[in-house]
Amino acid sequence: MSEVQAFIDRLEERSAERRDVVSEPTWIAARRQAGAARFAALGFPTKRDEAWKYTDVRRISEGDFALASDADFSKATAATLTLPLDAIRLTFVDGVFSAELSDLAALPSGVGVEPLSQALATNHEAVGGTLGRLTGVEFSPFSALNTAFNEEGAVIRIAAGTRVEKPIVVQFLSRANAAPVMSHPRVLIEARARSQATIIEHYSGEGEAANFTNVVGEALLERGAILTHYKLQEAPLNDLHVSSLHVDQGRDSRFVSFNINLGGALVRNDLIADLNAEGAEASYYGLFFAQGRQHVDNHTLVNHNAPHTFSDENYKGILGDRARGVFNGKVIVKRDSQKIEAHQNNANLLLSDRAEIDTKPELEIYADDVKCSHGATTGQLDEEAVFALRSRGIDEQTARGLLTLAFAGEVMELVGLDAVAERVERTVAGKLPERFNLAGLVELAALSEDSPQQGE
Amino acid sequence: MLEVKDLYVTVEGKEILRGLSLTINAGEIHAIMGPNGAGKSTLSAVIAGKDGYEVTSGTITFEGRDVLEMEIEERAQAGLLLGFQYPVEIPGVKNVYLLKAALNAQRTARGEGEIPAPEFMKLVKEKLAFMKMDASFLQRAVNEGFSGGEKKRNEILQMLLLEPKLAMLDEIDSGLDIDAMKIVADGVNSLRAADRAILLVTHYQRLLDYITPDVVHVLVDGRIVKSGDKSLALELESRGYEWVQEESAA
Repeated sequence: MSEVQAFIDRLEERSAERRDVVSEPTWIAARRQAGAARFAALGFPTKRDEAWKYTDVRRISEGDFALASDADFSKATAATLTLPLDAIRLTFVDGVFSAELSDLAALPSGVGVEPLSQALATNHEAVGGTLGRLTGVEFSPFSALNTAFNEEGAVIRIAAGTRVEKPIVVQFLSRANAAPVMSHPRVLIEARARSQATIIEHYSGEGEAANFTNVVGEALLERGAILTHYKLQEAPLNDLHVSSLHVDQGRDSRFVSFNINLGGALVRNDLIADLNAEGAEASYYGLFFAQGRQHVDNHTLVNHNAPHTFSDENYKGILGDRARGVFNGKVIVKRDSQKIEAHQNNANLLLSDRAEIDTKPELEIYADDVKCSHGATTGQLDEEAVFALRSRGIDEQTARGLLTLAFAGEVMELVGLDAVAERVERTVAGKLPERFNLAGLVELAALSEDSPQQGE
Repeated sequence: MLEVKDLYVTVEGKEILRGLSLTINAGEIHAIMGPNGAGKSTLSAVIAGKDGYEVTSGTITFEGRDVLEMEIEERAQAGLLLGFQYPVEIPGVKNVYLLKAALNAQRTARGEGEIPAPEFMKLVKEKLAFMKMDASFLQRAVNEGFSGGEKKRNEILQMLLLEPKLAMLDEIDSGLDIDAMKIVADGVNSLRAADRAILLVTHYQRLLDYITPDVVHVLVDGRIVKSGDKSLALELESRGYEWVQEESAA
């Protein structure tokens, strides 16, 4: 357990450093201790743990990670990494809030977006009610570790009936440090009744970075709230990334998740939605793309805790070289949750013989009047289609890129933000000439629809 | 324009073409006919560069260039275009995307700029109308869910837009009813030009009622055993292929 002890030592060191600088409410200190105790008891997960069977976390447990204490970051680099969106923006550099790279000017009324440190300073009791309610120290060793180390994060509050026009971007930048660092941010989302918002968690950074991010997100959707949540993870290729998002859904609420993973060396995502009242609906759309020796693990769970609840899931995986992917999608239907509908699909494209995918759907159904389906497929690029495109003069690389993008199409067509779609396109298909960009396609689509139809 | 000399091709170890020679000049329409298994589809597939065909000897030159040394896309960019017997479905790639990408790839290869979107749409609409295809085709994935006739019309649509120097049409008539056949034939006839050649590969004479060839070749056992004018096709229709086979064996 010396690995665990190294993290505990680091925590004590940090606490000593911060003692004179930050005064924390006592409940935070108590949580921190509980997190540390829980983490010390559990240790890091091993392959013997069912939930971690395919994912080896030794690169994290054996790592030596410091904690960042400033948010210095090249403005020019940040400009290239930041999504070109007119958005409300919170930026963190290695977990530390950067006011300079954030844009919180002119928040519309009914919308609160602030760093956790500020929310705590303003009214810590208002945070205490929500923080850790959905994801406590019990969830996983990483949630315990997060609770022990957590210092910063994003707090987003949407008042009842408020429709937020601009997307809210929470940007996490990873820096190429002399020595690797870790960060344990929290994302807290409170979407009050009938509110509507789009939130983008965006992870990126400097190419040479090799840091560890361990983020825990909690979202509360009250009656009739609609939340579209994007996670665009394009972390540097040596970054280690562990994340969980737990969503609590009230009556008639709708949660749409786009979980897009393009970067990172070792990536683990947990996504959980509790459909707690009738009419609640969760849609999970996922895309993971990995090359080299990247490892991406997606664990999703939908809890149908009430009758007349709906879930739909479609995850697409694209794996090249020696990359490895894991998809584990679980749906649990409680005994009295009649008339629910749950659909799940996972399709994977292997671009090389040495790429690997482990896919496992799990349905636990304790009600008898339900409509459930699941399916999983794995295949390769259709070489006949590659030939068909090349035989029309399209070069091979572009042909393969187009077909790979087309595989992701079902998910990408639903992405409503061009800025996100373009990042995906660039990573998945390489730098395609401008004519292939979605923007160009949209333009063509518009032209062909405007004109009167001809022919038959 | 196209010169095939003493071509030998094997597929999975089996010799399919055995010393095939063929010369096609600009402005001509050639039809290659022959019994099943004679190697008709092999010829056009080899010219287009399809995988799995091994050329053991012989040459193919197109406007003086060694075709066998060219990449698949280079052949298309040079103006050699194959219309497939069984057009492949490409889920997720919209027809309009393929058409624009293909046209721009050709223009770029010729050193011309990319076509502006409005100009492209105008052009593609014109061609769609000619092929009696609805504009909704553009938004559909390439060939996905298309009927046999729609797929074939789509192949011709691509030809009309890309304006190849040599259009090779492999069994473009198979699976077509008479109305679709007329539309396809009109499309092919509209391609006829002094600087362009067309190679039709067909099993039946029927297509040649609508597209009049300049030269008809009979392909038997991997070689062209007889060539003639359009009357040869009619003779094949009434007498079958046996007599040619016998004549060539003699």
